[in-house]
Amino acid sequence: MQLTVWTYEGPPHIGAMRIANSMRGVHYVLHAPQGDTYADLLFTMIERNSKRPPVTYTTFQARDLGGDTAELFKSSARSAYERFKPDLLLVGASCTAELIQDDPGGLAKALALPIPVVPLELPAYQKKENWGAAETFYQIVRAVAGPLAPAPGTPKAPRRAGARPSCNILGPTSLGFRNRDDVREISRLIESLGIEVAVVAPLGASTADIARLGDADFNVVLYSEIAMQAAQFLKRSFGQPIVSIAPIGVGATRAFIAEVAKLAGVDASGVLSDAASRLPWYSRSVDSTYLTGKRVFIFGDGTHAIAAARIAKEELGFTVVGLGTYSREMAREVRDAAKLYGVEALISDDYLEVEETIAGLHPELVLGTQMERHIAKRLGVPCAVISAPVHVQDFPARYSPHMGFEGANVIFDTWVHPLMMGLEEHLLAMFREDFEFNDTAPSHLGGHASGKVAHTPGSRTESLAPADTNPLAEAAVAASADLAVIEPGAKLMATIASEIVWAAEAETELRKIPFFVRGKARRNTETYAKQQGVALITVETLYDAKAHFGR
Amino acid sequence: MNAHVTVNGNAIKSTAPDTAGACNAPVVTFERGQREVFCGLTSIVWLHRKIQDAFFLVVGSRTCAHLVQSAAGVMIFAEPRFATAIIDERDLAGLADIDDELDRVVTRLLDRRPEIKLLFLVGSCPSEVIKLDLKRAAQRLSKIHTPKVRILNYSGSGIETTFTQGEDACLATLAAELPATATNAPPSLLVVGALPDVVEDQFRRLFEDLGIGPVAFLPARTANQQPAVGPDTRFLLAQPFLGDTARALENRGGKRIEAPFPFGEEGTTLWLEAAARVWNVPDDRFQRVTAPRRERARRAVERHRERLGGRSIFFFPDSQLEPPLARFLARELGMVVIEIGTPYLNRQHLDQELALLPHGTSIVEGQDVEAQIDRCRAARPDIVVCGLGLANPLEAEGLTTKWSIELLFSPVHGYEQAGDLAELFARPLDRRARLEV
Ligand code: SF4
Ligand code: SF4
Repeated sequence: MQLTVWTYEGPPHIGAMRIANSMRGVHYVLHAPQGDTYADLLFTMIERNSKRPPVTYTTFQARDLGGDTAELFKSSARSAYERFKPDLLLVGASCTAELIQDDPGGLAKALALPIPVVPLELPAYQKKENWGAAETFYQIVRAVAGPLAPAPGTPKAPRRAGARPSCNILGPTSLGFRNRDDVREISRLIESLGIEVAVVAPLGASTADIARLGDADFNVVLYSEIAMQAAQFLKRSFGQPIVSIAPIGVGATRAFIAEVAKLAGVDASGVLSDAASRLPWYSRSVDSTYLTGKRVFIFGDGTHAIAAARIAKEELGFTVVGLGTYSREMAREVRDAAKLYGVEALISDDYLEVEETIAGLHPELVLGTQMERHIAKRLGVPCAVISAPVHVQDFPARYSPHMGFEGANVIFDTWVHPLMMGLEEHLLAMFREDFEFNDTAPSHLGGHASGKVAHTPGSRTESLAPADTNPLAEAAVAASADLAVIEPGAKLMATIASEIVWAAEAETELRKIPFFVRGKARRNTETYAKQQGVALITVETLYDAKAHFGR
Repeated sequence: MNAHVTVNGNAIKSTAPDTAGACNAPVVTFERGQREVFCGLTSIVWLHRKIQDAFFLVVGSRTCAHLVQSAAGVMIFAEPRFATAIIDERDLAGLADIDDELDRVVTRLLDRRPEIKLLFLVGSCPSEVIKLDLKRAAQRLSKIHTPKVRILNYSGSGIETTFTQGEDACLATLAAELPATATNAPPSLLVVGALPDVVEDQFRRLFEDLGIGPVAFLPARTANQQPAVGPDTRFLLAQPFLGDTARALENRGGKRIEAPFPFGEEGTTLWLEAAARVWNVPDDRFQRVTAPRRERARRAVERHRERLGGRSIFFFPDSQLEPPLARFLARELGMVVIEIGTPYLNRQHLDQELALLPHGTSIVEGQDVEAQIDRCRAARPDIVVCGLGLANPLEAEGLTTKWSIELLFSPVHGYEQAGDLAELFARPLDRRARLEV
């Protein structure tokens, strides 16, 4: 049993829904109680889809349990087929249906529908959303493309004379972080090399497209979490090599291009030489000096977290102080990456543990999911979002890829923007007592609550920034006039040891330090005092600690 | 009242008309098929803000955690006073002792949130299906954590409850645990149903001006201030979905004051009047207190009449608020009600509401979502009230929608909110009229 405040991933059937909703002509019949229909809103509200996801729920109730839930499943599957006339039917159980063991696969088979029926076994008490998506995509590929595979050992037929080399792009899905724009960016990149993009799947693919996956020369896996399992199957069955470099950041995009060009046997030098990302120059320009050594904490799915850490270090000159993922499936890769930065990887889907880790590390920038954005906001640390789970804001109206050269531009802007500009930082440090530099002065940091604001219970303050506006939450606030802002952040940031006392002038001196680093200064000083066995912190202790920690 | 029962859109049985309504009553059809409603866990999204020192711990699956989080909007401003104890494979396989596991989770939670005084263990479909006895768990844990924290339980499972029934189940549990009133206590009024604090304060002032009291509200804002109940308690329901809570209060000796629900000027007046009769408030006093407020409410509603009058409306089932809202929109704004979908119709509590609905209004209890979408498309109503899963797809078909969940998240009861309530329906039409893209 696990105590969960927020979850990074939904249950595995949500992953299956994402695959069904990505594709054309696929329908999913899910044995589930009525409340599970909430999942529709993920697609219609967060992704703003104009159609309901292609899912039929049996919505069995307690009174059905004694009776025939199996019959209910059959009639739901039959009417779903008749109403939606899909090319392929997925069938499966949600967590509750798994307990009543009706065997949707067997029941659907008994209906003898004239289309392929793919039964999904997604253990809901063991696995999670991304695993469910990967498994579903794999099962569809296996069922549709599998039978077309040549006999084992058959060499791959040579390409038709004059035909361009071709590849498939695997992994993008509905509700994936920036997947919509990544596909466009990477397709354009691949086409510019003279390589044909045969099929993109699952996003936008029909079952006919799945059937011709084996025709391409190789597969590009953009998101391993979703497509590696299917790609490995295709490699075994059709001999298609895999490109698994996620082209996130300038360096990785260049490596990706080189790898793709090698497999296709084309010359990439032209594309590489006019590769136009502004990131390298912007990062070298003198005004970026202040980014040097910014302490950054990174958390996300495996693909995005690993990529972000590399960019942070190599392309922006940050210092990676923490790296982690909620994808247990990618634990090994993330641990290996963490070694490159001399940090210990945090492999956890426990929001509370992630919160504690961030609070303890005092980073100057957090790169994470919407969950870390929330944590960072409460700790008063700037944050940029790099990974799913997604929020309505992660589907911007403008073109905003995360991959390729344009993606690198977007990354530069979105990561650097939340940070205080260099000159401003100096002015704040020099003129601490300027009354307009106080904690509550308006700042372009916008929603980043200063410690002071966050500690005021019961008041709706600027810390309730519009950036977090979710219509439901907004309405919830309206409904509750005296909404109490309970801040565990306060508890987390609180002094470590109550037996250490601050002298009044030391407390005053501390207050001269800009609020966004004050928490760290307080903490460092107290740690130092504890180490030195100092019971009363004076101004001297404060500066001793500063010298000790070097900042 | 005519009742028809349909399964997947086909009427299979129709019972004899009820004697009460004669031909004036609405036509009630029962429908079975796929439902598209939240489960009772969703009520936590507003309940956890209402009782300031209470915490809701769902004992369920990752799906349950994901549902509450999605319904709350991925992030809400303050740290929520809800969480999920996710049952995993080890618990199911008996590798871990599920009681020990629950104790461990509760202890961790209470350590983290020392300000919590009341903890609800909330049952879910998985906990029901595996027959996890949360009542016993609550008793056991109460013993450990008393007197600091009281621990109660109820079920918000989707196999038994829809959306607002979660609040009903929660309040029913609370009702059973309320302190008893002193013997020979004077008659007191209890207003039942979670209301926004601002609305609660307005009602408090109204009752005081009317000379009705003492007045208490269930739930109260903190765990220790929950009202007492006994044979001298008269209670007024503020929401139409509180069947179990009413029964629990009746078991404690309380008596329900029959009334329509306080939506709109008319509903609010009838609701207050019902209480005023019990307290023998003189008519002139009632008029003196309510007249200016009624007048203000009418003026506020009137502003939306131009946009809403004569427009047609179609309700998908969601919160059980549908019948009283339809009554308000039909009678005070002149809207044409095409269909009132409702997940469950409490005929006893809605008796007076149904009598106020226009002749022959169609009420559909239960749901077959596909059949209902077909009827809605065919009727092309001017406005559709529906859940979040359906709203954008219907908008994309050119229909104008109002999300029903907002009706639970906004102050909509009473005189001072009557205009706001009308505005919630007028705004989508206003928006559509403004846009030229
Ligand atoms: S319907 Fe049941 S399983 Fe689904 S979220 Fe609600 S309580 Fe949990
Ligand atoms: S203001 Fe400071 S950070 Fe900015 S460029 Fe000058 S020295 Fe560097």
